[in-house]
Amino acid sequence: MTTHAAAAPGSNYLTNGFSLKSWLLTKDHKRIAILYMISITVFFVLGGLFAFVVRLELLTPAGDLMEADTYNRMFTMHGVVMIFFFLIPSIPAVLGNFLVPIMIGAKDLAFPKINLASWYLYNIAGVITLAAIAMGGVDTGWTFYTPFSTTYANGYVVLTVVGLFINGFSSIFTGLNFIVSIHRMRAPGLTWFRLPLFIWGHYATSLVIMLGTPVIAITLALLAAERALHLGIFDPALGGDPILFQHLFWFYSHPAVYIMILPSMGVISEIISAFTRKKIFGYHFVAFASIAIAILGFLVWGHHLFVSGQSIYAGLVFSVLSMLVGVPSAVKVFNWMATLYQGSISRQTPMLYALGFIGLFTIGGLTGVMLATIGLDVHVHDTYFVVAHFHYIMVGGAIMGYLGGIHFWWPKMTGRLYPNFWSKLSAGLVFVGFNLTFFPQFILGYLGMPRRYWSYPDEMQVLNVLSTAGATILGVGYAMPLFYLLWSLKGGRVADDNPWGAYGLEWETSSPPPTENFLHDPVVTGGPYDYAELERKRG
Amino acid sequence: MSHHVVSRKLYFGIFAALMVLTVITVAVAFVDLGRLNDVVMLAIATLKAVLVILYFMHVKYSGKLTALTVVGGFMFFFIMIAMIMMDYIGRGFLG
Amino acid sequence: MADLAHSGGVHEAHHPKLQHHFEDLDQQREASTLGMWLFLVTEIMFFGGLFCAYLIYRGASFDAFAEASRSLDLYLGGFNTAVLIGSSLTMALAVWAAQVSKRKALIVFMILTIVLGAVFLGVKVIEYSGKFAHHHVPGDSFEWAPPYGDPANEAGTEMFFSLYFAMTGLHAAHMIIGMGFLAYLLIPAWQGKFNADWYNPVECFGLYWHFVDIVWIFLFPLLYLIGRH
Repeated sequence: MTTHAAAAPGSNYLTNGFSLKSWLLTKDHKRIAILYMISITVFFVLGGLFAFVVRLELLTPAGDLMEADTYNRMFTMHGVVMIFFFLIPSIPAVLGNFLVPIMIGAKDLAFPKINLASWYLYNIAGVITLAAIAMGGVDTGWTFYTPFSTTYANGYVVLTVVGLFINGFSSIFTGLNFIVSIHRMRAPGLTWFRLPLFIWGHYATSLVIMLGTPVIAITLALLAAERALHLGIFDPALGGDPILFQHLFWFYSHPAVYIMILPSMGVISEIISAFTRKKIFGYHFVAFASIAIAILGFLVWGHHLFVSGQSIYAGLVFSVLSMLVGVPSAVKVFNWMATLYQGSISRQTPMLYALGFIGLFTIGGLTGVMLATIGLDVHVHDTYFVVAHFHYIMVGGAIMGYLGGIHFWWPKMTGRLYPNFWSKLSAGLVFVGFNLTFFPQFILGYLGMPRRYWSYPDEMQVLNVLSTAGATILGVGYAMPLFYLLWSLKGGRVADDNPWGAYGLEWETSSPPPTENFLHDPVVTGGPYDYAELERKRG
Repeated sequence: MSHHVVSRKLYFGIFAALMVLTVITVAVAFVDLGRLNDVVMLAIATLKAVLVILYFMHVKYSGKLTALTVVGGFMFFFIMIAMIMMDYIGRGFLG
Repeated sequence: MADLAHSGGVHEAHHPKLQHHFEDLDQQREASTLGMWLFLVTEIMFFGGLFCAYLIYRGASFDAFAEASRSLDLYLGGFNTAVLIGSSLTMALAVWAAQVSKRKALIVFMILTIVLGAVFLGVKVIEYSGKFAHHHVPGDSFEWAPPYGDPANEAGTEMFFSLYFAMTGLHAAHMIIGMGFLAYLLIPAWQGKFNADWYNPVECFGLYWHFVDIVWIFLFPLLYLIGRH
């Protein structure tokens, strides 16, 4: 791989204009990524606060901290904010926006204006949803099942749904930009199988976004029409079927899990390769596994409906197909393990997150295979076992990937290094706190504690206290980067172009990159993760 | 830039074909074919859509990627329908 | 056919419509066409959810749907089908006019497309107001009685009209947005900015308009023709 980028003293995307207008009207994908990072952090903190309130209520067996109705609103808001406003946009809109154009050697994404519009739509959607929360919230759970949401719920369902509808556009705009850019704007010589796995992950995720998001948009629109205008599409009184809502809802919302996890897997591949100084073992398999997960992900949604009245025959098919998703996921995990084998491993902060990801994702994935088995699912359906399972995937998978990625590319994004001690401590706290929060929930669920309940039998208190204690540690672990990363902007050591000695186009331009990404258009002559070549060049 | 300019004659031809197919589908609707009516109706509509996609939307003259995008889009639509239908047929909801 | 456009890199490098992050107009054009097609894929899935609901309830309330469908005006529906296919033709011809740099023809075809769209929506207004007058709008005031059909079918027919309004309403919303865009594109068309070198916005808009036409091609038989025999 050869580029002719030299450090450009004093001129980069951050110094290119300091006015508020130069940020709010920017078309630079890197600045939009920073804008997204700020917005997403706000929602992450909010979602975290809702979660903390939920855990606090569950500290004691009796429902004593708040009304049951308030509790319903809290877990609903936690789900809505975390899923739609943090997990789905997090890695694509922040790291993807920043890195996809640089990694493909382009000056920007294909549609910069649409990219900026995406950020505005995200914020408008966020404000609308927050307005619904401020006015009293929603109590339907983030799944909005009919007919509860259309007929009986007394929260601000329509307003929330309007927010989510708009948010869908911001998601689609990002996905559309990625697919077009990856197809049409790769640097000369950058063939598909020379692309970093980060790009493959984002390509696969964009496919899911494009095919899934419109379906939830129409579903939520119909839900709003039914609630506000009495247009009865899911109304049993008119011969309608509420289960149809669940089908259409999960047609998006199950693949949405892959929207969260696929980019995270891309991040993990980059980190593991960089800190073992090896090419990812079975690169082609890992790349195709991303596409396979994206496609298989659309064939399995019915496993959310095993106890809903769905046909048992359909349930069988969905059960078998769900287990198939385990295959490409396992391919990835095994290949990461094989990459570690005999690698020259350095335990930098991003690597700690990546190693944490592998362990937690494996637990989340394997319990997912358990849940795909109809017989077992009937037993643990809607219990804390399910809650623990999907948090292992979404928090243990997606958020570990997001934080790992932030720590990996922070020097590139800001030109500063963060303090090693604090970042490693925070990674450790996140890992310990996470397991302490969610592992007891597997046991709780297996003992029969249902999700979404605000009180529980006395004998379940020990495990619940453990879980709440873990959540506190997790909260501290999450809060710490906020401080030391902000501090590093002023006080951190200045990073050079390639502080980790990693391989990739983004490490060949300056830190932070210039506005046009490269001073000279890059030409790619070699495959990905060619660390032997890199060692030769660095001497 | 290399792109195909479709002749006006062809556009008018496609328009005529679409109108003729519309007349046919209305006519067939008045003939009782039982449940086959719906099938014929959808087949004619699909044929019309294919004509529009290939000629008015120039997919016939575009690259493989465009064709793949169109086919892929419809494929996932059919996956959605097929797998939801699997449930409804399995529990006898459709009468 | 490829010779209609200039292929000289020097000329294109200075084309006012070439954005800085693209190498040349070719790359820019291919990017926006692919982007438009991907957007249309999301539209397929968007309408797809509704079509899916229709197919299931059509199967579940087979006779009620046929009865409700019979109450729609076949003449108005057929007329509108012809109008919309006609507007697809004028839109295709507008793209042709841009491709061969005929400014006047382009403007005429664009205006014709808008006019045909307006006719379609006008007819839709007539149909909708009829539904309100006859209490065929879903909700508390919905009524299903002779001469339209059997009151026993009220639930199924109300479901039909729910779908009717959702589908045609969404389709009409797409047309209104489309007509707005087309009117907006008339400004650069008037200024003569579209020609053989650069007509990408007209082409991409054409794709959108034809897609809206395709949706109607399916809506017409599903809504107007299922109960005619």
